[in-house]
Amino acid sequence: MHIPEGLFYTKEHEWIKIENNLGEIGITDYAQNALGDVTFVELPKIGDKIKQFEPFASIESVKAVSDVYAPMSGKVIKINEKLSTSPELINKSPYEEGWLIVIEIADKKEKENLMSAKDYKKYLEEIV
Amino acid sequence: MQLIFEKSKKGRKGIKLPDLDVAQEEISEKYKREKAPNLPEVSELDVIRHFTKLSQLNFSIDTHFYPLGSCTMKYNPKFAEQIANLEGFLNLHPFLPYILEDTVQGALEIIYKTERLLCEITGMDAFTMAPLAGAHGELTGLLLISAFHKHYGKKKKYVIVPDSSHGTNPASATVCGYDVIVIPTDKDGCMDLNIYKEKLNEEVAAIMLTCPNTLGLFNPHIKEIADLAHKAGALMYYDGANLNAIMGKMRPGDIGFDIVHLNLHKTFATPHGGGGPGAGPVGVKKELVKFLPIPRIIKKGNESFTLKFDCPDSIGYISPFYGNFIVILKAYAYILLLGKSGLMAVSEHAVLNANYIRVRLKDYYDLPYDRICMHECVFSAKKQAKNGVRAIDIAKYLIDKGFHPPTVYFPTIVKEALMIEPTETESKETLDRFIETMIEIARLAEKKPQILKNAPLTTPVKRLDEVKAARDLDLRWKP
Amino acid sequence: MSYIPHTQEEVEEMLKIIGVSSIEELFVDIGEELRPKSFNLPEGKSEFEVKEDIKKISQKNNYSLIYFLGGGVYDHYIPAIVDTLSSRSEFYTAYTPYQPECSQGILQTMYEYQTAICILTDMDIANASLYDGGTALCEAVMMALRITERKKIIIDGGINPIYQKMLFTYTANLPLEIIKLPPNIGQADRDKIYKHLDEKTAAIILQNPNFFGTIDDHTDIIEKAHSFGALVIESVYPISLGLIKTPGAMGADIVVGEGQSLGIPLAFGGPYLGFLACKEKFVRKMPGRIVGATVDKEGKRGFVLTLQTREQHIRRQKATSNICTNAALCALRAIIYLSILGKEGFIELAKLNYYKSEFTKKKLREIGIEIINSPTFNEFVVYLKKDANEIAKIMIDKGFVAGLPLGNFYKGMENYLLIAVTEKRKKEEILNFVETLKDAINL
Repeated sequence: MHIPEGLFYTKEHEWIKIENNLGEIGITDYAQNALGDVTFVELPKIGDKIKQFEPFASIESVKAVSDVYAPMSGKVIKINEKLSTSPELINKSPYEEGWLIVIEIADKKEKENLMSAKDYKKYLEEIV
Repeated sequence: MQLIFEKSKKGRKGIKLPDLDVAQEEISEKYKREKAPNLPEVSELDVIRHFTKLSQLNFSIDTHFYPLGSCTMKYNPKFAEQIANLEGFLNLHPFLPYILEDTVQGALEIIYKTERLLCEITGMDAFTMAPLAGAHGELTGLLLISAFHKHYGKKKKYVIVPDSSHGTNPASATVCGYDVIVIPTDKDGCMDLNIYKEKLNEEVAAIMLTCPNTLGLFNPHIKEIADLAHKAGALMYYDGANLNAIMGKMRPGDIGFDIVHLNLHKTFATPHGGGGPGAGPVGVKKELVKFLPIPRIIKKGNESFTLKFDCPDSIGYISPFYGNFIVILKAYAYILLLGKSGLMAVSEHAVLNANYIRVRLKDYYDLPYDRICMHECVFSAKKQAKNGVRAIDIAKYLIDKGFHPPTVYFPTIVKEALMIEPTETESKETLDRFIETMIEIARLAEKKPQILKNAPLTTPVKRLDEVKAARDLDLRWKP
Repeated sequence: MSYIPHTQEEVEEMLKIIGVSSIEELFVDIGEELRPKSFNLPEGKSEFEVKEDIKKISQKNNYSLIYFLGGGVYDHYIPAIVDTLSSRSEFYTAYTPYQPECSQGILQTMYEYQTAICILTDMDIANASLYDGGTALCEAVMMALRITERKKIIIDGGINPIYQKMLFTYTANLPLEIIKLPPNIGQADRDKIYKHLDEKTAAIILQNPNFFGTIDDHTDIIEKAHSFGALVIESVYPISLGLIKTPGAMGADIVVGEGQSLGIPLAFGGPYLGFLACKEKFVRKMPGRIVGATVDKEGKRGFVLTLQTREQHIRRQKATSNICTNAALCALRAIIYLSILGKEGFIELAKLNYYKSEFTKKKLREIGIEIINSPTFNEFVVYLKKDANEIAKIMIDKGFVAGLPLGNFYKGMENYLLIAVTEKRKKEEILNFVETLKDAINL
């Protein structure tokens, strides 16, 4: 299971890459593997406000439709348009080309509610 | 195989309609259809060959062993088909009794008598035959529950379901405006009694259970669960999908269930039709009779039947008429054919057959709950995962061997689930052949897993790309 | 007769292998206190005896009446081939095609059926059928609520009254605002609709022809609804679509209806066939089963159930609906029916219905009966000088079902009768009917 350093993780298997006051969000390698082949992604609109740990998107695979939960609160400023024609990017490259949205982070302190790569790795070992 | 649209030839006609014996009239351009509908232009022989060949691409009970767990794929008596074609029933318009009830006394009698028989089979006080399918029956049941609580001024928010429940249970609860509380299954394969006691509260409207449950296991604490529910002011709902296991051995109405739905297309052998139509009649205890949907069919005097619309507490109409009448008729014929001993024998042999399979396969497949099962048993393909073989691969190989696969990946609480329901109508030779094939599969999973992963090879199409089907949606033919 | 093949020897062999000495031991989990308080059913009988009994009951029905009765369910001719093909047990003893490789027969017929519904209605996509026209309408409303995330529904005064009642029952526990416009025999009352149409409206429900048989062009209403971000649900009568403007051409968002007229017998109420079609952009919000085309690993075309993740067996609480079964066998009958009728036959059939209905109206006018609505397809309302139910009763004695007395559904309409005329009504039958009706009124 690939778990890049420098990202922050949630219990629901989302990641966030923080650069200044912006956060790029996606789902982890574990999540894409559990979902199976992604067939469709429903993303919020630019300008939407999302709240930490509340669902903001859904990812559909042949097996299931999963809600995606926000790692941190903020305003959506970018969405990955490529996913509408190539949803498989989430499977192929969950941390890079398969990014979902970018937000303007509302409260940097929320980072404290997230796990580091090391903690997430330990968490995965517990639950699997 | 080509689509019927692809066989179309301009100008070909399939049918001769009656000659026009009255004047032609113009219809205003404003209301006219703009372009002619591109329906196929084929001959009658084209249609016969097309659909006959298509029928031969299907597995069915009449051609293959079909142990789909949870579906009760038992033999469908042909006699019932013949009864369904009796002229006296087929040509009746459902609005006739609104004009003159005398014209349909026979039809009303069938519905009424079926209701009474189902009451006796399940221990309930009254039935509505109106729900058009099992899930529709569940929705009706939940609407009844909600009307009941509203009537007595009780504020209820939740419905409790075990995590092994059929997906229609929580879905129906949600459609009805309830939040769902899910109780995990314990190590003996039953709803965890302690967690149930914890989560049960005065805001719970109902507990939805099937008994035996979807693991094919009977919960011996069922009466305690019912008593606790009633103390908390909640109703007990019985999902009758598994009734085939307990006829004559137990009646939900006797052990504390307030509402029951049945699946006539499962237990009562009305055919599944390739996915429908079915019927999901709902039975209730007398406290709930006044909420039943209208119209109700009531007996007047000796042998005359009438529709009752004047039920002020009724939840209203859940279907436009009286239910799927032809399905009800087939179930009625089935019950009359089998009778008391026949129905008891059905459950006894359904349970016998499932246990036979359980015992003979338990050394080859992981059996999550190693105890006596009822009419179906659930295995897990966990052991076979060693070499990357999954339940789906086992299913596909079974197809090559001439068996319709059991249900896979349900119930969701068992990983790589294989849910096998043989039913009572299968012979020992068929069961033995199936068992031997499953044993062969276990061996192949060890030694030659690739053979399983390549299956099926003998079907009209090989493994289909379901991901592509969901990504590149192609839901209709286009010229 | 219970269709159980086991011999006593086989049962004993099986019990031995299981490790119990009797079948009763397998029911050990059901304790004494859980056993039935009674199980008083009659004993089983032979096929012969049961057939005699049921046949006797069937004779208590008056099944040879000549129908001028519709109300959403019609007496159309069903070609023999529909019964022949749908009676093939490979079709009717199969189940839901969850294993596509051994279910290509059912799956392909469903794909063809979906295509046919799209062709009839001029819509982009259709599902593989729902239980009936009423539940289809309820599902369409739920779909509109999901899509718009609004809570207000406007029901036109020409919608099938029973379907309206079903909708109220179905949504009783949901926090909705349902505006039910007063019954309206004629074309949709735009003023009344627009009075309620606003940004809170999820959908307007229209029907064409409406319950009373009136036909209309709803394009203007649909445009106006869209300007408020509201959707339009059209409930339609399939045979009429051989002649009248389609809901797709009008711009409707979701189309539903009762498919009984497509080769399914009257059968005292069911099973019938609900169809649902919609615009492409709403595909993921559509309830029910959907069949899609794909390829197998060798590139050969095949069909599968798709978008199942919306359905109850995967999504559970978050499903688009609780639907499991569809009306597969009825949908099969419909696609066979539409195939045998074909393009020309379907148009001709619609015209036959229309012409005969217009002829009937002319003859009724000649005997002084007032036709209330126009234009109509094959169904219309007449005003009788007496109670319509009483007249209808007299007509039954004479062998005719004269129509649906509207007093059954609408207070104040006791003298109104809804008459339907299909291709099965010969000219002599119509003339005879009109004569008999004249006598019945003058009695």
